[in-house]
Amino acid sequence: MPAQLRVLRRRIRSTQSMRKITKAQELIATSRIAKAQARVQAARPYAAEITNVLSAAADASALDHPLLVGRQNPRRAGVIVVTSDRGLCGAYNANVLRQAEELLALLRQENKDPQLYVVGRKGLNYYTFRRREIAAQWTGFSERPAYADAAAIAGPVVRAFCAGADEDEESRARYQPAGSEETVRLAGIDELHIVYTEFRTMLSQVTVARRLAPMEVEYGVPEAVRTLYEFEPDADELFKNLVPKYVGTRIYAALLEASASELASRQRAMKSATDNANDLIRDLTLQANQARQAQITQEISEIVGGANALAAAAGSED
Amino acid sequence: MAEMTVRLVAVEREVWSGTATFVFARTTVGEVGILPKHLPLLAELVQGEMVRIDSTDGGEIHAAVDGGFLSVTEDGVSILAESAELREEIDVDQARADYESHDPEVHLRGRARLRAAGHSVQ
Repeated sequence: MPAQLRVLRRRIRSTQSMRKITKAQELIATSRIAKAQARVQAARPYAAEITNVLSAAADASALDHPLLVGRQNPRRAGVIVVTSDRGLCGAYNANVLRQAEELLALLRQENKDPQLYVVGRKGLNYYTFRRREIAAQWTGFSERPAYADAAAIAGPVVRAFCAGADEDEESRARYQPAGSEETVRLAGIDELHIVYTEFRTMLSQVTVARRLAPMEVEYGVPEAVRTLYEFEPDADELFKNLVPKYVGTRIYAALLEASASELASRQRAMKSATDNANDLIRDLTLQANQARQAQITQEISEIVGGANALAAAAGSED
Repeated sequence: MAEMTVRLVAVEREVWSGTATFVFARTTVGEVGILPKHLPLLAELVQGEMVRIDSTDGGEIHAAVDGGFLSVTEDGVSILAESAELREEIDVDQARADYESHDPEVHLRGRARLRAAGHSVQ
């Protein structure tokens, strides 16, 4: 059956070219994970320092900033959802989006109106397809986030947070989407959450939802170890200027973790896709060989049959 | 001679760390020179300026610092920056182009870099 053989060969060829893609994706992801992890490490000293500085300023300032003391009766909560720009990374985005849905449901239960801030094209597609309202969006850097990207998110979001849900239309934080001339006004929020994937090890990445603001204050620092600082300008002013930087570094850290996780899940997904392609090619090759054998056997038996018939015909003429 | 540990940390990496005898920076309130055993201090640095660190081995380190804070504790001095570049790393032509820009933020970036690179600008 030459037709069956041709079909099998075609399937083998297409599986092979698919394997080339998945193999290449796997190798790319593997080589980038190390770099992504190095970036996570490199960002740690700054994060540690700014946390120290912020807590020092918080100790000395009047402590009534909304970042430290949550507003009473929070009405609106912002949720940053960190997804990837590209697919081919297994259940990575599905996990993040499911966690985000859980958080949104929880917020609604607490009578807080959730505002979606979406990072990454996959999340954007998910929510636009479902016709959900998206307050703000950022895309194009999920594999290699730079601090400038985190700062672009932190700026408007922090302003929305500082404004609070009770603000009037006029004082709303402005935000300009990339590639657009118009500025959009972000509704003020009382809480800020972020949903992203934390990179634990190469094999385990965990989707987490964290509250960025108001901060979860850690008590119990003994008075004696506190340094008494001088402040320039005064502590309140300094604290106010530190807040966007602090939230920016938290978002940056989350983006870095998410990019490392994205690469790790892409590597895993692509590895199993390559393995599957290999299995498939093996099975198909086996079937193709069988089909080829069957074809040859059939041809031989047809020839032999034909020759015998000829010989028998010649014998009967004698 | 008295010395102190100094770290210049940008968000994406640690730019420089080592021991130094003197740190010069411009805060929003005024210029400060920091010698070892300075009182603990937290200060916000002016945009578009540079810091100078005199390291113990006699070298002078100039760095352009964006969105910086200065923190002095008993343990040493930390300069925190959203981004920072040492004099050797600065692309002077790019900095000059930034300096000519009308966007105030980009302009300040360029100014900080030109100053750190040792060019005199307004």
